[in-house]
Amino acid sequence: MRKLGRKLLGLSIPLFSGLCAFFIVLIVLIVMGETIIGGWSTLSWEFLSTGPKEGMTEGGIYPAIIGTFLLVVIMSIAGVPIGTITAIYLSEYASQKSILARMIRFAVNTLAGVPAIVFGLFGLGFFIQFVGTGMDKVLSGGAELKWGQPNILWASLTMALLTLPVVIVSVEEAIKAVPRELREASLALGATKWETIRKVVLPNSITGILTGGILAVSRGAGEVAPILFTGAAYFLPHLPSALSDQFMELGYHIYIMTTQSPDVEATRGIQYATTLVLLVLTFALNFSAMFLRYKIRTRTAR
Amino acid sequence: MQALQAPNKSETTLRSITTTSNTTTPLASQGNHDGDSTKLWWKKRFRLGEFLIEKSITAISFLSFAFIALIFVFVFRESLPIFSTSAVKKPAETKQVQQETYGDETPAAELQQQVDERKRSVENLEEGGATAANLAGKIWQPVSSKPKYGMLPLIVGSLKVTAVAVLFSAPMAILAALFTAAFAPKWAKELLKPAIEILAGIPSVVIGFFALIAMATFLQKTFGFQYRLNAFVGGIALSLAVIPIIYTITEDSLSRVPKVITEASLALGASKWQTALFVVLPAASPGIFAGILLGIGRAFGETMIVLMATGNASILSGDLFEPVRTMSATIGAEMGEVVFGDTHYTVLFFIGAVLFLFTFTLNAIAEVFIRQRLMKRFEGQ
Repeated sequence: MRKLGRKLLGLSIPLFSGLCAFFIVLIVLIVMGETIIGGWSTLSWEFLSTGPKEGMTEGGIYPAIIGTFLLVVIMSIAGVPIGTITAIYLSEYASQKSILARMIRFAVNTLAGVPAIVFGLFGLGFFIQFVGTGMDKVLSGGAELKWGQPNILWASLTMALLTLPVVIVSVEEAIKAVPRELREASLALGATKWETIRKVVLPNSITGILTGGILAVSRGAGEVAPILFTGAAYFLPHLPSALSDQFMELGYHIYIMTTQSPDVEATRGIQYATTLVLLVLTFALNFSAMFLRYKIRTRTAR
Repeated sequence: MQALQAPNKSETTLRSITTTSNTTTPLASQGNHDGDSTKLWWKKRFRLGEFLIEKSITAISFLSFAFIALIFVFVFRESLPIFSTSAVKKPAETKQVQQETYGDETPAAELQQQVDERKRSVENLEEGGATAANLAGKIWQPVSSKPKYGMLPLIVGSLKVTAVAVLFSAPMAILAALFTAAFAPKWAKELLKPAIEILAGIPSVVIGFFALIAMATFLQKTFGFQYRLNAFVGGIALSLAVIPIIYTITEDSLSRVPKVITEASLALGASKWQTALFVVLPAASPGIFAGILLGIGRAFGETMIVLMATGNASILSGDLFEPVRTMSATIGAEMGEVVFGDTHYTVLFFIGAVLFLFTFTLNAIAEVFIRQRLMKRFEGQ
């Protein structure tokens, strides 16, 4: 009897755990399939290249695509250099025992765990109400409300903060993959530490910096919570032309179309197609990051 | 790095020794007094450029710590007024009220309504202060003639959704990780790992959309819920975001279990599944526990999925199949429409501070489990 039970258990555990694994794969396929099937018929060149029409019930998502693009570009300009420099500090300059390095590491880990919505609150409280209002006071004596309101700059900076750990982790990994012999050779030839970093370490970890940037962009394009009240707009008749403008964004567009649209059923096609565009965008980014990372790893192994 | 530094240092040592023998500068002789084996940093040739670059790199790196401190300060500062009942701020200048521009499309009537609502909430500031008693109340009704800021339904809502998500995702993710670590043939591994990475890469708003459109209808048809959107649906949707976290960390700690342990178990005659279940899994338990904690943190803080898939009704009940409003979703849904400096604004920031503290604590505990328990356990053996 016990033997039979044990045998059954021995069969069922691999089977059951395998089923769980299979189920996860299935879920991924269903989510992707559902989006593709639902969005394919609406997707067209016109959908990608025109703005919403007829009170958001028809037309395309061109402004949202441009808005997302601008968001991630400004975000990368702000976040990638800081992330790269932090990674350089952590891997090249700081000794593991120094208190400062520990503090920074702790901060990066914490940043990675803070809920996205809290970043949104921070963006509102710090960037808009503190920095923005302060800038207004200095620039125009508080007469004009230009920076003290949600706009693309504050949204991008909030997003840069959110994606900072992604950049740091990825760049640090790449810097660590640079062989020690290269550094030693450079130092032995009389190059200073900074010369070694600039001419040897950085050029050799450029793929890692790129990977970090791509992963950050993919994350930033997908997050909606931080920009809910730091700059995303429901509808704008024109594209953002200055840093103090609001913008439309793909993820926010999905959210707003599915929950606050006047006629949710009528715009279902638009919702699916927007989701499909966002999904394809993030996947393309993630796959290129995966590919680059794979290249880094194989180079290290060699 | 340490090894890298070593030859560099000894080189400077050599050079400094030769200089001391040739010239007797006061600096060099001072160095001899101290015993010059370790503390030779002042004898390294001072390069201004290098020095400045190192300092500026350090300063920029410090930014991430500065920002964490700023997040702490600002999220808590904005929520501070609720702790002193008298300090209910005067509603801010009306200029700043315009939080969200809805473009030219917003009908005038709607705008008027919003303005009215704001006026009303401003008028009610005198009576509707958010005292501690008010915060512990059972009704969340921030926009009404008598605003009530009882956080209890929101907390219970968050807990319900998180519980469903973790109870659903943890067993599945752990078993799937066990499968990859112990039983899976190579092709299954190569299928599962990218699948998990893809799942981790799906934006939360897409998961929310999927849950709202497809999953909610499917689950309602299958189980016959009264409400299409409820805590259960939200929890299941959330588990899609939690699975990759728990899976990745579990898989990582399972693969870190030393081969010696596994082989010893197999050599003693235990079968493959016995080894996996009774040896490998317990050995990796601190890591798995940490994974679950991080999963809870993620589920608790996640906004878009619950905002879209839970129905967002602030009902206080233990029923899993009723609509709920979670803490994070409340911030997401209401922050766009509050007056700066208003009690409602302050209370929302307070909720944010609670969320922050909660996830922060969970992450810290998880860190301890991974760093200390797991590492020590494996290094000790």
